[in-house]
Amino acid sequence: MTQSPLVDRSLPAGAGSPGPEAVPLLQVRDLVAAYNRNSQSAGSRSRARTALRGVSLSVAPGEVVGLVGPNGSGKTTLIRAVTGFVRPVSGEVRLLGDDSAALSSRDRALRAAVVPQEPLLPDAFTALEIVLMGRTPHLTLLQSEDAGDVAAAERAMRATATWEFADRPAGELSGGERQRVVVARALAQEAPLLLLDEPTAHLDLGHQAGVLELMRRLCREERRGVLAVVHDLTLAAQYCDRLVLISSGEVVAQGTAAEVLRRGVLRAVYGAAVDVFPHPQTGLPVVAPSAAER
Amino acid sequence: MDVLRRSAPLDLTADVAPAVLRAVRGAMWPRLLVGFVALLAAVLLGLALGPASIPLDATIRILLSHLPGVGLDSDVPVTWRTIVWEVRLPRVLLAGIAGATLAMSGATYQGVFRNPLAEPYLIGVATGAALGATIVVVSGVDLSVGGLSALPLAAFAGALVSVIVVYGVARVGSTVPATTLILAGVALSSLATAITSYLMLQNTSNTLSVFSVVLGSFNTAGWTKIAWVLPYAVPSAAVILAHGRVLNVLSLDEEQARGLGIDVERTKLILLGAASLASAAAVSVSGTIGFVGLIVPHAVRMMWGPDNRALLPMSILLGAAFLIGADVIARMADRPSEIPVGIITAFCGVPFFLYLLRRARGAY
Repeated sequence: MTQSPLVDRSLPAGAGSPGPEAVPLLQVRDLVAAYNRNSQSAGSRSRARTALRGVSLSVAPGEVVGLVGPNGSGKTTLIRAVTGFVRPVSGEVRLLGDDSAALSSRDRALRAAVVPQEPLLPDAFTALEIVLMGRTPHLTLLQSEDAGDVAAAERAMRATATWEFADRPAGELSGGERQRVVVARALAQEAPLLLLDEPTAHLDLGHQAGVLELMRRLCREERRGVLAVVHDLTLAAQYCDRLVLISSGEVVAQGTAAEVLRRGVLRAVYGAAVDVFPHPQTGLPVVAPSAAER
Repeated sequence: MDVLRRSAPLDLTADVAPAVLRAVRGAMWPRLLVGFVALLAAVLLGLALGPASIPLDATIRILLSHLPGVGLDSDVPVTWRTIVWEVRLPRVLLAGIAGATLAMSGATYQGVFRNPLAEPYLIGVATGAALGATIVVVSGVDLSVGGLSALPLAAFAGALVSVIVVYGVARVGSTVPATTLILAGVALSSLATAITSYLMLQNTSNTLSVFSVVLGSFNTAGWTKIAWVLPYAVPSAAVILAHGRVLNVLSLDEEQARGLGIDVERTKLILLGAASLASAAAVSVSGTIGFVGLIVPHAVRMMWGPDNRALLPMSILLGAAFLIGADVIARMADRPSEIPVGIITAFCGVPFFLYLLRRARGAY
């Protein structure tokens, strides 16, 4: 593998290296977690009682894993358990082979960058300043960002098409632009693992494809790993190497899109009338509502 | 206003990182220059103005003559020398230290609480500190240890209780909404003030010293008070200034700050502790002076943007200049008697507070 310039050198040797024997970037085993009410942000009260009941999954270098499932199935809680924002009741989370619970916040941030669902951005900070905050885990308390950090931010912002409004305050940006700024910040963090909680929620079709295409490229070219919560099952099928379907805090199915997105399973899990058929060009599953049955 | 912040339009073709940063953030040294000039002007005004007006050049000569090897004040009357050096200079310095400390604490509380209305007085920290100080004054025990007064420590205890209670009550999820914060602060302030008043009435022998703690004033200033406050104010300022960039990251929500590698709980504890110690030290020597921590950081933000690495040092400089100026007004407006300086800051601060209250919508 060519050593990626985007992967931090301070990470343990062998981390992110290719091959079947490579340490997975993320390994979740029998994870049980209850939503931590105390650290709950104001907007997410509806998920207050959601729990994870023994979830296991892994993300290897170079793969995009899509996390799908109905509202309140525990997708966000799973992402938060990986970042340490929610403390697991039992089970373990390993980041690049190390127990996540034993890592400091900074070490965790060097291994995994997260794009949370609906993040609040301070209105007065410019897009570039917010993306530069992605360099936080690379800096000591008294350090300020140097030319290298700005270069990393610039690369991330060019990749997400946010560089052209680098000097605009976040308060003046649209929902989609803000979302891409947060994706850029996660890229500027240069962690081998990317965790995205509905990164495409506010994006139009073109930017949805753009963000997911970018994730795929990062995985192919730089051997990074991505775990992304994607709501749109068809979109997930087109861009993810593997899908993990969870429902009520348990993994219902995982595997390729064709293995996971099956009519019977989806009808049972989502409680909705859907049909699944292959995409005329790619052959990957397309999930469509079938209103005729109502 | 924006012109001050962005000296040049962002040149997207330039790959010169420092230039890009300057274009987005603005250069630091012109701001510092503005701050130092404002502070110097306020200091000279504060030294020259008063019941006895002393010419500016004489004031400067008296000051310079205290440098070793300089003797420029031989023709200046001795009374002027005494007034400038023994009476006005400690008072000006104390007002400056209090203003710097309160403005810095205000900016810190605003960042940590993600709430534009947080301020030592409004969130009950200042009145809590005053209660702590009052208890020590009333009990009459001498708590100075090796020249270090324990009065600021007692005030710190009061301030800390206030900030913990207010934070615990006002917190909703990971943010502290403006309304609950101010309500909790006002409620706690009322309680602390009530207890302080009661203690005052019970101990008429100490009423005068308690009174000066409750109503902010610098008319008892002296070099000893400066020696009291500095050991607490300087380390607090060092801790807070070191956290400027981290405070920027905290202005994101808690989940994002954690995701970026900040130990949020620990950082909040450090910053709230330092801000509370600093404001308590200020209250213990100058009394409860409100709104400095609100006006100054907001004015700085309007001029130079939200980056705490600029906001904190500029709040320190301009906070000092502001309170020195307010104190000059306090002793000049109603000669020969004096108005408590807290009344002047309230006159400036309350309209400003109401304006911000109308604008704030919980989010920050």
